[in-house]
Amino acid sequence: MDEFSRLSLHVPEPAVRPGDQPDFSNVKIPKAGSVPRPEVDVEPEAIRDLAYSIIRVLNREGEAVGPWAGLLSDDELLTGLRHMMLLRAFDARMLMAQRQGKTSFYMQHLGEEAVSCAFRRALRKGDMNFPTYRQAGLLIADDYPMVEMMNQIFSNELDPCHGRQLPVMYTSKEHGFFTISGNLATQYVQAVGWAMASAIKNDTRIAAGWIGDGSTAESDFHSALVFASTYKAPVILNIVNNQWAISTFQGIARGGSGTFAARGLGFGIPALRVDGNDYLAVYAVARWAAERARRNLGPTLIEYVTYRVGAHSTSDDPSAYRPKTESEAWPLGDPVLRLKKHLILRGAWSDERHAQTEAEIMDQVIQAQKEAESHGTLHAGGRPSVRDIFEGVYAEMPPHIRRQRQKAGY
Amino acid sequence: MARMTMIEAVRSAMDVSMGRDEDVVVFGEDVGYFGGVFRCTQGLQAKYGKTRCFDAPISESGIVGTAIGMAAYGLKPCVEIQFADYMYPAYDQLTQEAARIRYRSNGDFTCPIVVRMPTGGGIFGGQTHSQSPEALFTHVCGLKVIVPSNPYDAKGLLISAIEDPDPVMFLEPKRLYNGPFDGHHERPVTPWSKHELGDVPEGHYSIPIGKAEIRRKGSAVTVIAYGTMVHVALAAVEETGIDAEVIDLRSLLPLDLETIVRSVTKTGRCVVVHEATLTSGFGGELVALVQEHCFYHLEAPVVRVTGWDTPYPHAQEWDYFPGPARVGRALTEAMEG
Ligand SMILES: Cc1ncc(C[n+]2csc(CCOP(=O)(O)OP(=O)(O)O)c2C)c(N)n1
Repeated sequence: MDEFSRLSLHVPEPAVRPGDQPDFSNVKIPKAGSVPRPEVDVEPEAIRDLAYSIIRVLNREGEAVGPWAGLLSDDELLTGLRHMMLLRAFDARMLMAQRQGKTSFYMQHLGEEAVSCAFRRALRKGDMNFPTYRQAGLLIADDYPMVEMMNQIFSNELDPCHGRQLPVMYTSKEHGFFTISGNLATQYVQAVGWAMASAIKNDTRIAAGWIGDGSTAESDFHSALVFASTYKAPVILNIVNNQWAISTFQGIARGGSGTFAARGLGFGIPALRVDGNDYLAVYAVARWAAERARRNLGPTLIEYVTYRVGAHSTSDDPSAYRPKTESEAWPLGDPVLRLKKHLILRGAWSDERHAQTEAEIMDQVIQAQKEAESHGTLHAGGRPSVRDIFEGVYAEMPPHIRRQRQKAGY
Repeated sequence: MARMTMIEAVRSAMDVSMGRDEDVVVFGEDVGYFGGVFRCTQGLQAKYGKTRCFDAPISESGIVGTAIGMAAYGLKPCVEIQFADYMYPAYDQLTQEAARIRYRSNGDFTCPIVVRMPTGGGIFGGQTHSQSPEALFTHVCGLKVIVPSNPYDAKGLLISAIEDPDPVMFLEPKRLYNGPFDGHHERPVTPWSKHELGDVPEGHYSIPIGKAEIRRKGSAVTVIAYGTMVHVALAAVEETGIDAEVIDLRSLLPLDLETIVRSVTKTGRCVVVHEATLTSGFGGELVALVQEHCFYHLEAPVVRVTGWDTPYPHAQEWDYFPGPARVGRALTEAMEG
């Protein structure tokens, strides 16, 4: 006799949909300061818990507490605040520019500014990031000229990519920012390769790979983990868990693994989860991982728990798949407001100075935009030459491409 | 000069390159300690250490992906995909990444990698150890594609590939690893030591990428071939007695169009031979180019001889393989057409 009933497929669903009450009861948030800070040479086995907790420094009152606190001075924190405000203002202007038809497409960072801005400060000159499209903070926090970023977004005559790349797909070897691919996850394993090369050459530089929660389902994610683990590559493997991959909630890519950080455990890679909206916590964890890498102790996996407040891109409408008020219900708050509060509590900042700085930054961004627009936007003014289509496919142009260039009239 | 098989020539190219340039690293499945399933990397780990020649996990996208990262760092990785049939997991890294990094970053980053892989049939490898995927690479702008037909070329071209500033796909016809092959499976492979092209300089030399070689001069018909098929074509010419000119392409991308056009303009007839399947194969590109550039000189339709549009069968591999008999019939057809 058949004692089993028929099978049925399990398809995970988010707890709520448009029209429902936002619900983050599933996000278990430990108290700030409650997660221990292990030594950098700790055995991965000994810190398995860190893959399931959340490292936090700033508490609800805005105080910095616990073993991961105390690494940054007032000045450094003010710089961090400024970077995040700059990125936010930059996003706001570029979003508007897209709406005005000055570029085809834009992707903003709203709510995730702390992740890339704080991380960059834990790296050194010469280290290399292999980013995806939501880490412009790596450039901003490294003082990459904003005008250049806008030139890229507008595909104008000064676009460093000569009009060949989608907007926001920046490149800068000098600023440790690998050319972005639109193909998700490919950069993750490349980061490991770069780090392996640095180790092969007995260099001192380290690499960092970046991926979103949704993209961890790609096989390149797993390839990267196996190579990083096998060769103990000096690489930091970052997962930005902003809860959503376009309209698909994080539960779809995560499967039964509990957290994304836990993916590292099977590979013997130390895996930490951190409050991605806490500038101090992100910095502290990034520095811990960077030190491990630099001491030749191998890779670290970091999951940043955050929330994508804005739309996925300018082509997305999040109200179609999640409650409108979900971002306000996000229990880890806003990274800019949290750091602001902390600095005020430290006596290093005030509401007035904040408002004034906000206005100054907006002016600065508008000035940069004016300059960039004077070199053209996607549909008006200066643009890269048609000749640029044919250049740079190879170091030296082969005859068949030369023939095609001539045919095109250049 | 030394007498070398193609395996030894390939190994010698890597050895010479690693000796000259510390940035050259070699890795892939089983290539380190063991020296590769075809022994192409034998001895390299012992000589250069295990951080310059090492075993990789069985993850083709990992192998090519990490090679890309190493190239971005400044190394010159020369990686092995164990069989061409297994490069598909790495195809994304090749086509979207390696091939485009220079272009998309406007030269800010480059990708000087070499991806070596044994290709083609004739060793009873069945459908998973016999494929010839060159057309999948020639369709990708930004890659270079090489298929040598003898040890001398294999070494000179591989050295060029390693020194090339762009990604190069290096397809090694495994049927030619130990000696030239005339397509008659019942006859043993003649070892390269009995063949003039088994003479290979020990040291450094290079052969420019993008230059074909005329293997046999002739005036009646042009045969365009590469890899194993060069030897099959030569056998067919000998058997039919037709005075054919045989071009060995060596580089498929970039392609030596000039040599092709000069020859077909002279002979007025053309046969294209490859081992890969017919439909959308590289032969289609060759025929199109001949048609575009030699139309008024053609005296007959161009004939293609290729593998069938089926997977590579195991037991009937010699019925699949375009041997001298089929090439011979095509030659006759081109002469009569
Ligand atoms: C290989 C590949 N598949 C699909 C896409 C289309 N796509 C672009 S972004 C995206 C969602 C990515 O989500 P996640 O990794 O969570 O990153 P997030 O956008 O949330 O930062 C998808 C499916 C792509 N760019 N590349």
